[in-house]
Amino acid sequence: MTLTLDAPRIVETRPLLEVHGVSRSYGPVKAVRNVSAHAYPGEVLGIVGESGSGKSTLLRMMNLEEIPETGSYTLDLPDLSGNLFELDRFARRMLCATKIGIVYQNPHLGLLMKHSSSGNVAERLLVAGERSFATLRQAATEALDASEFPLDRLDAPPIELSGGMQQRVQLAKAIALEPALLLLDEPTTGLDVSVQALVLDTLKRLQQDRQITMVIVSHDLGVIRTLADRVMVMRRGEVVETGLADQIFQDPQHPYTQQLVHAKL
Amino acid sequence: MSLSTLTKPWEAMSYGFLDGSAKRELRRKMLKSVAVPGCQMPYASREVPMARGWGTGGLQVSLTLVNPQTCVKVIDQGADDSVNAASIRRFIAQVAGTPTTMDTLEADLIQSRHRIPEEILREDQVLVLQVPNPEPLRPVQPNMSIARQMHADADYGRMWLQLYEQIVRSGRVMQGASYPSLVNGRHVMTPSPIPRWDVPKLHMARHLTILSAGREKRIFAVPPYTRVEPLVFSDVPYKVEEHGHLTCTRSGTRGFFMNEIPQDDGSSAFEVSDSEWGVKTIRARDGDGESRGETWYKNGEMPQ
Repeated sequence: MTLTLDAPRIVETRPLLEVHGVSRSYGPVKAVRNVSAHAYPGEVLGIVGESGSGKSTLLRMMNLEEIPETGSYTLDLPDLSGNLFELDRFARRMLCATKIGIVYQNPHLGLLMKHSSSGNVAERLLVAGERSFATLRQAATEALDASEFPLDRLDAPPIELSGGMQQRVQLAKAIALEPALLLLDEPTTGLDVSVQALVLDTLKRLQQDRQITMVIVSHDLGVIRTLADRVMVMRRGEVVETGLADQIFQDPQHPYTQQLVHAKL
Repeated sequence: MSLSTLTKPWEAMSYGFLDGSAKRELRRKMLKSVAVPGCQMPYASREVPMARGWGTGGLQVSLTLVNPQTCVKVIDQGADDSVNAASIRRFIAQVAGTPTTMDTLEADLIQSRHRIPEEILREDQVLVLQVPNPEPLRPVQPNMSIARQMHADADYGRMWLQLYEQIVRSGRVMQGASYPSLVNGRHVMTPSPIPRWDVPKLHMARHLTILSAGREKRIFAVPPYTRVEPLVFSDVPYKVEEHGHLTCTRSGTRGFFMNEIPQDDGSSAFEVSDSEWGVKTIRARDGDGESRGETWYKNGEMPQ
């Protein structure tokens, strides 16, 4: 019996997200210096670094909340071309609402605290133009269910919920429109260890089910190790090392990364 | 040439209370607001001898629009004879020498708070509404700068969030007055605190409506024959107050917006809110001649 194999070929996958040479300074402080990053479809990119290393600024730029002084940003999506930093306010907002989901460390940034949880999720769809109450209600319920939010608290305002539940509402809001890119800014910081584990579980399951491209920012190596495929280490606004997660954790090259991994393990 | 030849002789006050430059500014802002239906135009709201919040915005518009032939009607909560309405009417008559009326059909200019008369207004009539809070986005966006951007971008998604919350909490839309409405398919406005009952009257109306907020210094307008569509979900229809089956205890008229009057025994009596309509109905009943015009609502329902 002969085994037939396909002829070897080069598999060409283009990265979904590409950030090239972005810099941003606040007065004399250079928050991000000439940083480039990319993430392939379905991949989880982890960004680690100490406080003030520019990782959150980078994430805010990916969410188009902040525009850098230099650099370009492209998402490989249909009907989307060119540098996204050059989009006007209107196009930028539509893009953020429909293609990018974000979970902030502080739920106050991402949620309307006095409105109901389901309303918070529905707002996403409203911004995108959905005007049917039944559809909104159903989509909000489904998204909250997918992020393992207890459905009997559906209409409770986030201000009455625990931290873990607030993060789940944020997550539900982020995934409600099936975004191509999910940005997570320290999603589990400030939660206790068991709740942290639950939220991480949810994130991992979502990633497996939906194959969403994720960028996760954290100073917690445990979180990055659980979720990320590829890791980028940042320090003082610059990328000091990038590589596959295992590679970074088992065989760190840069002295700072070595210190970081040692401090953890 | 001396300065005295260039200036006007001294007068105790200018016609219509406001000075010439104030009236000119208001006219320009009114024209602007008519040109962009529903868009809030800022203006320099002047002092009038009345406290802010009592209709200073509407009064300034009325004082600008009147001439000695303009017949003025003023309504407060549907009634012509309440203190505020009577005072404003008397003030306009005093400073502008205008004839006044209570009859909707006779009036050229109607200044109103909370209601639009039940009789259909004509092309030659102007309705001036007093607006306490002109910004429909305020409940969902307290930051005014961002709210202005949202108006510019026609980013009104959050208005529906408000309605969503009301349906979730109470099973129906609870917004009783100032129901947010889309004007000419572009700007969302708050149509002053008129009840839901009155909002359909603005849709493709023959008359010009000018809405003015004195304290907030904003003016906006609904020109004649302009679409005014209340914001609704595609699967939850717009509903007016269920007053179509109520009968007025004083005049016996039926199918109009009513005031509820609590009775000693816990029940409610109803009285037609548009007082002049009630008066006309009583006059017709007593055989003093029919003076009632055509109404927007017929048998308690708004014809489509």
